[in-house]
Amino acid sequence: MIRFKARSSASLPPVSTASLPDIVFMLLFFFMTVTTIQEKDLKVLNQLPDATEIKKLEKKDRLIYIHIGPPEQQYRSVYGTEPQIQLDDSFARVSDIGPYVLQKREALPAELRSLVTVVLKVDEKAGMGLINDVKQELRKVNALKINYATIEKAAQGD
Amino acid sequence: MPRRGGPPEVNAGSMADIAFLLLIFFLVTTTIETDSGLDRMLPPIEPPEEDVVIKQKNIFTVNINKNGQLLAEEELIDLKDLREAAMAFLDNGGDGTCNYCKGRKNPESSDNPTKAIISLKNDRETKYATYITVQNELVGAYNELRNRESNRLYGVDFTEMEAEYLNPETDQAIRDELKEKVERIQGLFPQKLSEAETSTSN
Repeated sequence: MIRFKARSSASLPPVSTASLPDIVFMLLFFFMTVTTIQEKDLKVLNQLPDATEIKKLEKKDRLIYIHIGPPEQQYRSVYGTEPQIQLDDSFARVSDIGPYVLQKREALPAELRSLVTVVLKVDEKAGMGLINDVKQELRKVNALKINYATIEKAAQGD
Repeated sequence: MPRRGGPPEVNAGSMADIAFLLLIFFLVTTTIETDSGLDRMLPPIEPPEEDVVIKQKNIFTVNINKNGQLLAEEELIDLKDLREAAMAFLDNGGDGTCNYCKGRKNPESSDNPTKAIISLKNDRETKYATYITVQNELVGAYNELRNRESNRLYGVDFTEMEAEYLNPETDQAIRDELKEKVERIQGLFPQKLSEAETSTSN
């Protein structure tokens, strides 16, 4: 019994933890590269309204984003406080939306072009007048699938 | 005096701890962002070739004014009552052809859920937040009716079924099976939510 015990403890070397830092570093680099602080440099305030009956947008390859909201503080002297449209990284006028959507759609592979969804990320303080103009522009270029981006609200307790 | 045995070895034992700290920081800050929202279809810009005649009783008009007040079928209504009013309209089944409707079968209201249209109109000054809340209530009315039928036919909520159907991680075989069910329920209560600002003809 004693002999057996002694032999077993001698034949079990401690697990080497020398490679642990390497494994952890690999994970670390993975998460560092995956983390995006923010996709775009938003120049407009974008407090989205909340809703309960939402759908998740799973397929990101066919989405075109349009941001609308009041300009951030540092742009107010130029653009005022009224809600503005932001396409990619710059402010735009309503008439720029058509060409922008067409150009984005052209850049997609042919099989996705009919499935394009325009995501309207609109600040909740924006007025419907501007949104209606945007919707008209989208209708003109036949981009009919739209999505009003919202935040999920916990179901109402009623 | 020269040192023997080269420089002393740096203790790397705490390396793992430092790396773990960083790892946990990035794990916590990473948000794999998924957008969500209300899906809508805009009407095409060209008018349809033949004039579609829609009976006035099949249209449920919701008007939002610039103060965020609601007018449903020419009557002032509270936001919290809107969902119920829309459901009553959709579920009415006035001409008796709808065998799954549980409404009042009022001949003055919609004929059939497949014919019923909800028309949403707004002022240019209407706040976007109000507009979305109203949209949300109307979509909610459709979802509640669809859930009811889905529970009756398949014993599950429609919204759950649809979410699973749209999830790209679901198996293809299950997706095919769900597709049929989802489309059947959608056929029972098709979402006809018009947001054209053009005036409707009678």
